[in-house]
Order: sequence, then C-alpha cells, then structure tokens
Amino acid sequence: MEFFRIKHDIPFMSWGKYTTTISLLTFVLAVFFLVTKGLNLGVDFTGGTVMEVSYAQTADINKIRDTLIKLGMSDASVQNFGTSRDVMIRLPAKPDMSSAKLSERVIASLKEEDKTAEIRRVEFVGPQVGKELVENGALALLVVSLGIVAYLAMRFEWKFGVSGIIANLHDVVIILGFFAFFQWEFSLTVLAAILAILGYSVNESVVVFDRIRENFRRMRKASVEQVINNAITRTMSRTIITHGSTQMVVVSMLFFGGEALHYFALALTIGILFGIYSSVLVASPLLMLLGVSREDIVRPEKKEEAEALP
Amino acid sequence: MNRYPSWKYVIIAVSILLGLIYTLPNFFGESPAVQISPLRTTAKADTALLQRVEDALKQANLATTGMFLEEGGIKARFADTDVQIKARDTLQSVLGNGYMVALNLLPNSPQWLTSIGALPMYLGLDLRGGVHFMLQVDMKGATAKALDRFSADIRGSLREKKIPYSGLDKRGSQIIVKFRNSESRAQAESEIRKTYADLNVREDNVGSEFHLTATLKPEAHKLIQDSAVQQNITTLRNRVNELGVAEPIIQQAGADRVVVQLPGVQDTAKAKDILGRTATLEVRMVDEEHDLSAALRGQIPFGAELYTERGGGPLLVKKQVVLTGDRINDAQAGFDNNNQPAVHLNLDNNGARIFRQLTKDNVGKRMAILLIEKNQAEVITAPVIREEIGGGRVQISGRMTTEEARDVALLLRAGALAAPMDIIEERTVGPSLGADNIARGFNSTLYGFAAIAVFMTIYYVVFGFISVVALGVNLLLLIGLLSIMQATLTLPGMAAIALTIGMAIDANVLINERIRDELRAGMQPQAAINSGYERAFGTILDSNITTLIAGIALFAFGTGPVKGFAVVLCLGILTSIFSAVVVSRGMVNLMYGNRRKLDRIPIGQVWKPATEKR
Repeated sequence: MEFFRIKHDIPFMSWGKYTTTISLLTFVLAVFFLVTKGLNLGVDFTGGTVMEVSYAQTADINKIRDTLIKLGMSDASVQNFGTSRDVMIRLPAKPDMSSAKLSERVIASLKEEDKTAEIRRVEFVGPQVGKELVENGALALLVVSLGIVAYLAMRFEWKFGVSGIIANLHDVVIILGFFAFFQWEFSLTVLAAILAILGYSVNESVVVFDRIRENFRRMRKASVEQVINNAITRTMSRTIITHGSTQMVVVSMLFFGGEALHYFALALTIGILFGIYSSVLVASPLLMLLGVSREDIVRPEKKEEAEALP
Repeated sequence: MNRYPSWKYVIIAVSILLGLIYTLPNFFGESPAVQISPLRTTAKADTALLQRVEDALKQANLATTGMFLEEGGIKARFADTDVQIKARDTLQSVLGNGYMVALNLLPNSPQWLTSIGALPMYLGLDLRGGVHFMLQVDMKGATAKALDRFSADIRGSLREKKIPYSGLDKRGSQIIVKFRNSESRAQAESEIRKTYADLNVREDNVGSEFHLTATLKPEAHKLIQDSAVQQNITTLRNRVNELGVAEPIIQQAGADRVVVQLPGVQDTAKAKDILGRTATLEVRMVDEEHDLSAALRGQIPFGAELYTERGGGPLLVKKQVVLTGDRINDAQAGFDNNNQPAVHLNLDNNGARIFRQLTKDNVGKRMAILLIEKNQAEVITAPVIREEIGGGRVQISGRMTTEEARDVALLLRAGALAAPMDIIEERTVGPSLGADNIARGFNSTLYGFAAIAVFMTIYYVVFGFISVVALGVNLLLLIGLLSIMQATLTLPGMAAIALTIGMAIDANVLINERIRDELRAGMQPQAAINSGYERAFGTILDSNITTLIAGIALFAFGTGPVKGFAVVLCLGILTSIFSAVVVSRGMVNLMYGNRRKLDRIPIGQVWKPATEKR
C-alpha cells in the first residue's frame, strides 16, 4: 500500500503568498482572542479550590448551587463533569478563609443534603503558588525555545534555528488562541502538552531541514526553491504517516483518557495538525525569506559527486 | 549483507530479558496489607512481636494470606480490604500506642522477584489516592516565638543576678528592657552580652528612662528559621506516624516550605487537622490578687490576661509562663477518678522539678492549664492546688470528649511546631478516582498501540510488523526502567507513555520510508535496508534531541504532575531510540541479513513513477 504517489515535486514555495496570508490571519486571530477573551486559567495558575464530587444518582446542580450560596459562596461555579453524576465545583481563592476549612465545610454541607455525595478529588492552590507556576511555565517555554534554536543553529545553521522556532511558536500561539476562543480550561497538564508539542513538532521541521541539507549537496544545479520543494515533497508521506500515528494515540486518549486528559489530548491534536502545516508551509518559506543558500550548508572546498536525481 | 556481530544480539536479548523481569511485578497487582512498626527505638520488631500479632489475629478470627518480619516492622497481607480494616483496628487496640499500625498495599509478586529488587512502578497520589499538601512555614511566627523565649530568659537572668529593671517589652523584632538608672543598665548589658551571643544590644535613652534594646543577629535569625523548618519537619513526621500512614513522604521544598504526601489516606479532614495544628501546653498561675469584675469591664491589670475556662466562668491568668509543653515526655489519653476523659502527662526531670516547686509554693491557689492553638489560648482547666505534686505525673481533665482527649494527647506527644504553618497547596484524590485514572491511562495506551499496530502492519507489511514488535519492546523497556528507578508514575506520566508510543513510531516510519525511497531509486534490497537505516539515523537523532530538550526543561521547571510527565517523556525518548534503531535492525538482520539472494522485501508496495517501468 502506498498513499502518496507524487510524480513531480509539488511547488510548495510558489504558494508562499497564500500560506503566509493564512498563517498571518490565524496568528492575528489567535492573538486577538488571547487579548480580548483571555485564557480560562485553571486553578493551578489562579489559585483557588476545585472539588470533584460524585453522586449515586444524577446530581441536582441547582440544589448544590443553593447549598453553596447558603454557605456564602455565591461566586462558586458548579458544573457537570464527564457524567451527569459527577459535579465539579470551583471556588475562587479567599484570603480570609483557609483552604482546609473551605473544602471541609462544603463537603459537610453537601453530605447533609445527599448522603451519597463522595469526594473524588480536591485541589487547592494558594495564590502565591499559582503565581510561581505561571512564572515557571513561562520560563520553561523560554528555555525550550532557546534550547531548540541553539541546537538547530549548531546542527544546521542559524537561519534554520530561527525559522524552525518561529514556525513552532506560531503553533503554540494558535493552540493558545483555540483555548482562549473556546474558553477551555488551561491547566498545568495543558502547559505540559504545549511544551511537548513544541519539542515534537520541531521534529517535523528537522526532518524537512535534513532533506534540504541533503538536497543542497546532491542537487547541484537546482535552485533553492527547487531544493526545498523536493525536500518537502519527498518527506510528505513520512510526515502524514507519523503524525497520523501519533494522532491515533491522541485520539485514543481523547476517547479513553477521561476528563483529566481531555484538554491535554485536545491541545496535542491542535498542535499536531498545525505542526504539519507550519513545518511545511511556514518554516520553509521563512527559510527562503531569510535567504538560505547552498553556501550556508555546503562548504565550497568539499566536492562530492552529485548523485542522479530520482 | 546485513549482519550484526553476536555481541549486539546479546545486548538486545539481555535488555529485553531485563525489561521482562522488571516489568513482571506490575502484572501481579497489589493486595491490602497492614504494616506494624514500633514508634520508639526501644521497642523492636522481632519474632515476639510477630507472635503477638499472629495471636491477636487468630483470636479475632482474621485470616492473613501472608506475614513477614522485615527490618523495622511486620507486614501482614489480607484477602480484602474489609478484613484489612478489621485487622488494623484489632491490632491497634491490642498493641496500644507504642506501635504504628498502618494500612498499606503490598505487591503480590513472588518472593524471588522482590528479592532481586523487581518492584511494581511507584504510583503517584493521583493513581493510588491520597493527599498531597504543601505547607508554608510562617517565618515571622518562628522569630516571634524565639523572641518570646529570649524575653522570658532575660527576665530570669536579671532576676537571678538581682539586677533591678522596671519593665520588659517586645516591640516588633526588638526586646526593650527599661531601667531606672544607668548603673543597673550597664550591669544588665554586660550580663546579656555575656549570656546571649545571638543578640545585639544597644543603649537608648528615652526621656528619663534608660532603655536597652536587644535584636537578633542576622546569622542567629537565619539559624532560627532553618531550625524552625527542621523542627517542623520532625514534628510532622511524628504526627504522621501517629496517624498511621504507610510510606509517607515529608520533605523540605525550598527555604520555607514542606511537602507532605500521605498515600491512601481517606480521612483527609482529620489529616489536615492534625498536621496543621500548633497545639502546645502552658502552665500559668491564676491571678487572684486583682479584681475580676473590673477586668470584665475592660480594666485588665498589667501582667495578666482574661480567659474563659472551658465549660466554666471567666478568670484572670498571669502572663508569666511557668511550664511549657516542651517539658512533656509522654502524653496518654485516659480517664480520671470520676471516669471523665483526661490526658495523663509525664514530665521530664526538669519539668517535674519545676512542677513540684510550683505546687509546693502555691498550695491552696489555682493554676491554669492552657492549650495554645493557632495563637489562640484556651484554659482547659484551672484546678486548685491541693498538695505538692512530685514525680512529674500530671493529669488534665476538664470537660473534654474522649476524642478530644486523644487528639490533645497525640499533639502533645508528637511535639509542638516551632512555627505555625499554612497549607498553600492541597491535592486530594479519592481511591476510586485513582483506580479510574489507572484504567484511563491504561486504555489510552492499549487502544493507541492497537491502532498503530494494525495500521503499520497493513501499510508496511512485514517491516511494519517488525516496527510494531520494536514498539512493544520500547514499551517493555520503558515500564521496566520506570519500575527499576521507582520513579513516581502519575496520570500525566501515563499520558506520556501513550504519547511516547505515538512518537516512537516516527523513527520506524522514517526508516521504512527511507528504505522504500532507496528501493524506488533502484537500489538492491540489502543495500536499501542498510542505507535506509544509516540515513534515517541522523534524522532520528536530531528529532529526538529536540523533544529531549523540551522534556528536560519540563523536568527542571515543572512541579508535581508535570515533572512526572517529563520523566517518562525523557526516558521514553531514550528507550525508543534504542528499540527503533537497534532492536528493529536486529530483527531485520536476523530475518533477511543472511540471504544471499534477496529480490524483494515485504515492505508494502513500492510505487514508482509511471515513467520508469519495472
């Protein structure tokens, strides 16, 4: 079986105008939603309390809300979580009440209402911890980006490093844009997914760059554009198959991973889809824009016999 | 020809074997157990204790499925959790306070596996259920407490040396001693300088008064804070032992934070209560010289405080502390002569001496026993001293419930916290959610793997199957490695296992595509295999290193669950390079490497542009 039967190199580079427009548009949209709507930050970052309560029968959300209002927690949010019997309660951080007391009081009142209420999970994060997690997350993002640029610059050339990381940060911004637009909860695990995606989708660029380097050595007569087009075309099937395989696992996580892994898997899905797009249609045009040339890769004194073109 | 030297095959075989052995314990599961360990160093876990445990269980008609004597304790396995809980209660009441009886889970793997150190993966709290707390030590509180101690000591020294002073105040981080003349101040100054090396002393003249201001030296300040954290950790450890938790983790995190993890704890409210409490005991005298009714109107006399006795009326208590909880050797809950719940205290030598002197000097007067919790003092009881009490045995009874008596005894026994602590992060996972999470992580990996296996075998035929086997080896090695390292496996960690599967196949896809490419270019099969593997290797290395960079950064900056994700991701990258490149190549070499005439290899249809006909 062979999915991709491509006779000639696909002229990806000549689509530069369109792809750049699409990228810019999605990027601007993502930034727009990030600015206007903002991220729906989870309790990890904002501080506060999250409780997951499970009932024997369908949970009566309104009753739970009333109970909380009676406790003086009108700012609590109550919603179903996964099934109709599971409820998630979010309480914003309160400086005047310790977390220990807060969750205990809620549990006690809920149990009074309905004896079957069972606590599945309580998470409390103090405001100072939340702030640190934000700082550490931003720092991790920075270190990963710099590390990747440095590695690509060392292994290839600085133009490759720069275009690789721009393409992938573009993915990150788009993932964040999705999270802002749909107001999906942005938690620590989602951050982990984004950083993993950053490392993973750089793979994609690396594979293409590898081919470009090889082609520069082999295709002596070809123009830069031809070299890049050939590299992309010849790695196409690998790109699709690899990402397809990774996506199979991620889909399996979406279906079987439950609520806890839901947004993690969603972030990965968006990351994988845009990862394909950006490494092919963003990184390479950027590379051309930065003026990559054969001399960047092939040292003039090193003369190899050019192989025949396929 | 594609042949591996035999040492390479040996390496592959040995690593697969090791992976198998160390992965094995994960399949046996765990059974409920009770762990018994002596709390004091004087008591030993020996065959006598084993006999006692055995007898107690037999008497209660509770069957064990295995019992072991280990260094530091006895572990007994049970068929189900009902028997386990009954056994815990039975043993706790038979053995008493000297032993910790905790619920635990023991791996069911056979003895020979355990003896070579093959254990199941160490599950994080989100998978096994339990509580995670991060506590912040209140450093201001630690300093304030130290200053209190210094003030009391300075008072004592001045009195001992008969140096007259007119007052002693604590203002912020300063202790101010007031004198009537400069001679006594000079005397006091030299005395304080001599005795208290940790204090800086400065002279001040305020109006007609002669002041002496003492402040903590910076190095002493730091020392106090460090030792406050250390003492709090020790106290927490004592308290957790009293709670009966198997395998608790209590460690310092940063300058002023402590992380406490209690796996399997169900009663989180109780755990929080016991951990956070800063109970200590103070014995003071009741002020009977001043007018109580005036004090009730708001005119509280100098050097006294107004309190309400538990279940009784208001009373004035002198500020001066005679005896503190530090002097307590042991505390036990019990009953007094009237069959009321009571706490029996056993004081150390010094405490016993002070207490005897106190009771001897004050026969007929009332003393007050105060319980201080979270900076709030409560008079538990204020009895009239009937006679001199020697021997250091004190009984406190004052309208408490049995439960309260037990908690107070526990807190006094475990020692006081050097400084108050606040819970700044809490993560509680119920046991049912933990089990669900394991199932979710397992299913994600299973179905993801199955989907990839089906696809790869259809698309790349035999080479696809080889890739799938290599992927299986990768999973085996990863789980074996995690089991050997006993790294904490969390739900994000399980997600990372699944993700590793999805990402590791990339290497094999790269290789297989390369081989097809070379075949398409007209290369001979053997040469195509060789060049496919060689050429893909550079790319595989590059692409994995970028992911490794992300993994390491996540490990460095991540906390808790994210760290678990990072560990698995990094290990998974390492095992995947090995299995995808070395193991799959080994299999290919074994199957095809020796064939002299290899016309075509089953890697699926290799399509060539129509212009070149085969």
